[in-house]
Amino acid sequence: MGRYILHRVLLMIPTLFGVAALVFLLLRVLPGDIVELKYAGSGTFAPKQAIEREKAQLGLDKPLWRQFVDWIGGIVRLDFGTSMWTGRPISHEVAIRLELSLELALMATLVAVLLSVPLGTLAALRQDSWLDYFVRLFSIAGLAIPSFWLGIMIILVFIIFFHWLPPLTFTSFWVSPRANLTQLIWPALAVGYRYSAVATRMTRSAVLEVLREDYIRTARAKGLWEKVVLTRHALKNALLPVITVLGLEFAFLVGGLVVTEQVFNLNGIGKLFVEAISQRDYTMVQSLVLLTSFVFIFVNFLVDLLNAWLDPRIRYQ
Amino acid sequence: MAQENTLAAVTHRSKRRLYRAWILAWRFARRRPLGAAGAVIILVMLAAAALANVISPYEPLATDYGAMLQAPSAAHWLGTDSFGRDVLSRVIYGSRTALFVGFCASFLGATLGAVIGVTSAYFGGKTDLIVQRFMDLLLSFPLIVLALVVVAVLGTGTINVILAIMVPMIPRSALVARSSALSLRETPFIDAARALGFGHRRIIFRHMLPNVMAPYLIMLTAFLGQAILLEASLSFLGLGVAEPVPAWGLMLSGAAVEFAERAPWMAIFPGIAISLSVFAFNLFGDSLRDALDPKLRVG
Repeated sequence: MGRYILHRVLLMIPTLFGVAALVFLLLRVLPGDIVELKYAGSGTFAPKQAIEREKAQLGLDKPLWRQFVDWIGGIVRLDFGTSMWTGRPISHEVAIRLELSLELALMATLVAVLLSVPLGTLAALRQDSWLDYFVRLFSIAGLAIPSFWLGIMIILVFIIFFHWLPPLTFTSFWVSPRANLTQLIWPALAVGYRYSAVATRMTRSAVLEVLREDYIRTARAKGLWEKVVLTRHALKNALLPVITVLGLEFAFLVGGLVVTEQVFNLNGIGKLFVEAISQRDYTMVQSLVLLTSFVFIFVNFLVDLLNAWLDPRIRYQ
Repeated sequence: MAQENTLAAVTHRSKRRLYRAWILAWRFARRRPLGAAGAVIILVMLAAAALANVISPYEPLATDYGAMLQAPSAAHWLGTDSFGRDVLSRVIYGSRTALFVGFCASFLGATLGAVIGVTSAYFGGKTDLIVQRFMDLLLSFPLIVLALVVVAVLGTGTINVILAIMVPMIPRSALVARSSALSLRETPFIDAARALGFGHRRIIFRHMLPNVMAPYLIMLTAFLGQAILLEASLSFLGLGVAEPVPAWGLMLSGAAVEFAERAPWMAIFPGIAISLSVFAFNLFGDSLRDALDPKLRVG
C-alpha cells in the first residue's frame, strides 16, 4: 500500500510539470499583453519608455525560458509570484478566497451525495415504477439545466416571493455558522444538483446490478432483514462505482463553481479566475490553472485509493 | 437514351435510399420513443435556426425604448428586455448561435480526436506513447478550465469560442477512437491493405477511420449537448460570444439578474431554451448510443 501511494504521488509530478509547461507556453505565445491592456484601459497616452519599464518590472522582458524557470523555481518553494494586475502576492489573493470556494465545493458534494444515493437506491428498488421514471427524469434534467440558470431561478424565487436577496458580503463559518450556511446552501444546491445527476444514474444501475448477485439471494434466503440486506450487502458494494463517478465528475463541480460564484456574487476562486482571464493576468491564470489541475488529479488519486481500500479485489500495481 | 436510363437509375436508387432511411428512422422512433422525442426537439430547433429571419416577429437587435421590460403580451409573446428588444426573437436567433457553435465545436473536436486516436493506434510504439502522454496531459484539466485557458489566449468571439470548446473534446474523442482502433489494427483486412502496398494515409483514412464510425457518431452526439452548455456558460461569464450577437448565455448575464424582480421573463426563457436543447441532444445521444453499441459508454 505504502509503495503504491508513493508510486502514484511520484507519477503526479511529471503530469503537473507538463500542465505547467503547457499553460505557460499557451499564455505566452500570443501577443497582446497586460501592460498594453492596462494603459489602453486608463485612456492616457503611454510613452514607450513607461511601457518598457513596467514590462521589466513584471519580468516580461526576459527570454521565455528564463521566465518559465523563474516561475517553476518559485512554485517549488511554494512562491506563486505576484498578480500582474493588482501586484499583490498570488498566494495571498488565493488564500483569502479559498475558504469560500472550498466550503462551497464540500457543501455541493454533500448535496450531490445526499441527492444521488437515496434517490438512485429508491429508483432501483422500485424499478419501472412512476418513482423510477421520476428519478430518471430528475437526473436527466440535472444534466441539461445549467447550474448558473438554476442559481438565477433560485434568486428569482427569493426576490419575487420572499423579497429577500442573498447577502452580498461573505460571512465566514467561524464568525456566524447560521448566516454562513443560509448564504451558501443555495449556490451549493445549484451546483450539487447538476453534480448529482450522473451519480444518481450510476447508483441506480449499480444497485440494480448488485441486487441480482448470488450473495444477495443467499442473504435473503438465510432470513436476514431486508434492511440489513440492503445496507450491509447491497449498498456497500454499489457505492464503489458511485464514488468513482463522483471523482470523475469533479470537473463538473469546478465548472459549476466558476459560474455559480458569478451568479451569487461570491468572491471565490472561480470569480478570481474569470476576472484574471478578462484582465489577461497571466501569472494569476497560470497559478489558478495549476491549482485546479492539481486538485483534479489529487481527487482522482484519492478516489483510486478509496476504491482500493473499499474493494480488496483491486490490486495495487 | 442511355443518359435517361442512368438518370432514372440514379433517381430510383436515391428514392430507395430515402425509403430505407425512413424505415430506419421509424424503427428507431418505435423502439426508443425518448430518443425520438429528442430528435423532434432537435428538428424544431434546426428549423427555427434556419428560418429565424422568417418566423421571428422582430429584429433581434432592434431596440425600442418605448417598449422596455414589457411583460409577455400578444405583441411580445415572451416580453421585452431592458433595451426593448423582443425576447422571443432573440431566443429564436439564439438557436442559430447555439447550434452553429455546438455543431462546429463538436464536429471539429470529435473528428480531430478520432484522426489523432486512430493514427496513434495505427503507428503504435513510440508515437502512440508520446501522443497518449500528451492526451493524458490535456485530460488532467477539468473541461471548463481548458476552455477558459483557450479563451484567455485567443480572446472572445464566436470563432474563438468554437476553438475553446473544441480543444477539450479532442483528447476525450482520441481516447475512445484509439481503443476501438487498437483491435482494428490486428484485423486481416488491415494486413491485406498493408500487403497491397497502400500508404499509411490511405490505410488510416480509407480503411480504419470508416470502421470507427459507430463510436465516432456516439461521441459526436454526446459532445453536442455539452458544447451547447459550455457555450452558454462561457457567454454567461462574458468570455464567449460577444454582445450584439444574440446568444442564450449572454441573454442571462448582467441585465437578467439585475431586472429579475421587474422582468423575470428575461431570465426564464433563455434558460428554458438552453435546458431544452441540451436535454434533447442528451436524450437523442443516449438512444443512439444504445442503438449503435450497447457496450459503449461515453461520459
